[in-house]
Amino acid sequence: MNNLIAFFAIFLKDIKTYYLKPPNISWGIIFPFAWAGMFFIRTGGNMMDVMSILLGIMAISILFGTTSMLSVTITFEKKSRTFDRILLSPIPLGLIMFAKTSGAILFGIVNAFVPYLVAGFFVNLSHIHLSIVMAAIVLISIASTFMGLFIATSVSEVFEAQTFSNFFRFPMIFLCGLFFPISKLPLFLRPLSYIMPLTYGVDILHGAINHSSALPYAFDFAVLFLFCAILFYISLYNIKKRWVF
Amino acid sequence: MNILEVYDLTKFYGDFKAVCGITFTVKKGEVFGLLGPNGAGKTTTINMLTGLALPTQGRVVYSGTDYTHNIKKAQHLMGVVPDESNLYPELTGLENLCFCGALYGLKKAERWAKAEFLFEQFGLKDAKDKKFSAYSRGMKRRLTIAAGIIHDPPILFLDEPTTGIDVASARQIRNILKDMNKKGTTIFLTTHYIEEAERLCDRVAFIVEGKIIEVDYVDELIHPVKDRNILILTISGVSDGLEEKLSSILPGFSCKRLSDSDIRIESDRAFRTGHIIRIMEEAGIDVMEAKRMRATLEDVFVEVTGIEAQEMKKEKEKKAQEG
Repeated sequence: MNNLIAFFAIFLKDIKTYYLKPPNISWGIIFPFAWAGMFFIRTGGNMMDVMSILLGIMAISILFGTTSMLSVTITFEKKSRTFDRILLSPIPLGLIMFAKTSGAILFGIVNAFVPYLVAGFFVNLSHIHLSIVMAAIVLISIASTFMGLFIATSVSEVFEAQTFSNFFRFPMIFLCGLFFPISKLPLFLRPLSYIMPLTYGVDILHGAINHSSALPYAFDFAVLFLFCAILFYISLYNIKKRWVF
Repeated sequence: MNILEVYDLTKFYGDFKAVCGITFTVKKGEVFGLLGPNGAGKTTTINMLTGLALPTQGRVVYSGTDYTHNIKKAQHLMGVVPDESNLYPELTGLENLCFCGALYGLKKAERWAKAEFLFEQFGLKDAKDKKFSAYSRGMKRRLTIAAGIIHDPPILFLDEPTTGIDVASARQIRNILKDMNKKGTTIFLTTHYIEEAERLCDRVAFIVEGKIIEVDYVDELIHPVKDRNILILTISGVSDGLEEKLSSILPGFSCKRLSDSDIRIESDRAFRTGHIIRIMEEAGIDVMEAKRMRATLEDVFVEVTGIEAQEMKKEKEKKAQEG
């Protein structure tokens, strides 16, 4: 019970102080529109293109929203020593980090559904497997958030967190099969695609939205789940090694 | 009964030995002070005792249970007030206290009631709805202490509780700590203000370069020097070779220059102030002011550690201002 009270206190505090701030709400709305506009102009403005760009915008919205927020907020809290206040409380470290990441996971999920809801005004989405899309969005959000956590626990300064985030994010956008099918990538780049969690999330979204996944759903979900577990474990290890040393 | 027992506690950072096998106990209900200069290992010790650092070696026992390898399990027993405030600047004072209460599992009604009580007790009632970032330094420190005790911990750790704050706030904090101690909270504090330790602490430990040099009751430490006669003189007219000159005109007295104009004269034998002034003026030294003093914990600290307390204080205050 005590742990549950502490968990919700951390989660609600983060939602209030970070994710419900006007700049972040506008980020959640403007960011998907900006990407959609960019693709729309590039493809000549055909309504049918909405379906082809929808999954890319959803995935990128999650990736940027979660990694940016979490890596910066945790690094900032560690730097200002407010994070020590939480470390000094009698809550297990795993639960602390789960509470700290829950806000970002929710932020990522909400970010992904903004383009989905907007797309619903322009095209018929009835053929989409909504339950699979939802499951994929949740797992992509968790994996991206844990990647943000991994980044936050590997750096000391806020600017390092931003730079380090881009080191992961930009290669991932181009190699995960969002813009080019992995089968069309040069052979030497393909192994890189398969060590990125977003590749498996995007494959699920391809299957649920365009019915064109390359791998079985079960495999994609299992690998994404494994990535989440590994990233979370490494982050906890980093905290113990770097912050409680 | 001991609330905290520390055995052979050691901390290495690479090759650097920050704390070297310290052993001490803290009795339930006492105020225990850890005194030492900058870099002596005080904060590292508090960090190891509260779970922000892992000991390289040694044992930490709270109320008879060994928590060395799992301090997290003992964190409900302690409140911690670090040397720098660690509350959230973007939250109000009330939100900060309620958040801290929730971290210890206090239910909503309970933490609100406790927060209201603490605002009243700490004289911060009018500031409870202000953002923490708008608080003055003294108010921030008081609220940080309130946050440390919202869950009524049996032992409270304070790292330099009055450094860098105004005199009135420092006095208020000392009174708060005394009241808490009277109500049964054990207090473990580090301070470089030796006079503060003398006023607040029942027992103190002197720590230098990671080693504990002395641990005892304040009264016991002061006892051997309490009969010492000390005279502080403000002089003019002499600059070079003053100490040698004083040694020759005042044989049997210990003379020490404190600053350009201040000297300290002491002896185990009783002496009259007027007699000393007359001798000095006959030797061409003008005495502007004379002040009799009693021996303090500071004298014991200087004697035991060889470290000038004034220098230690200046160094710490400079660091606090830079911070």
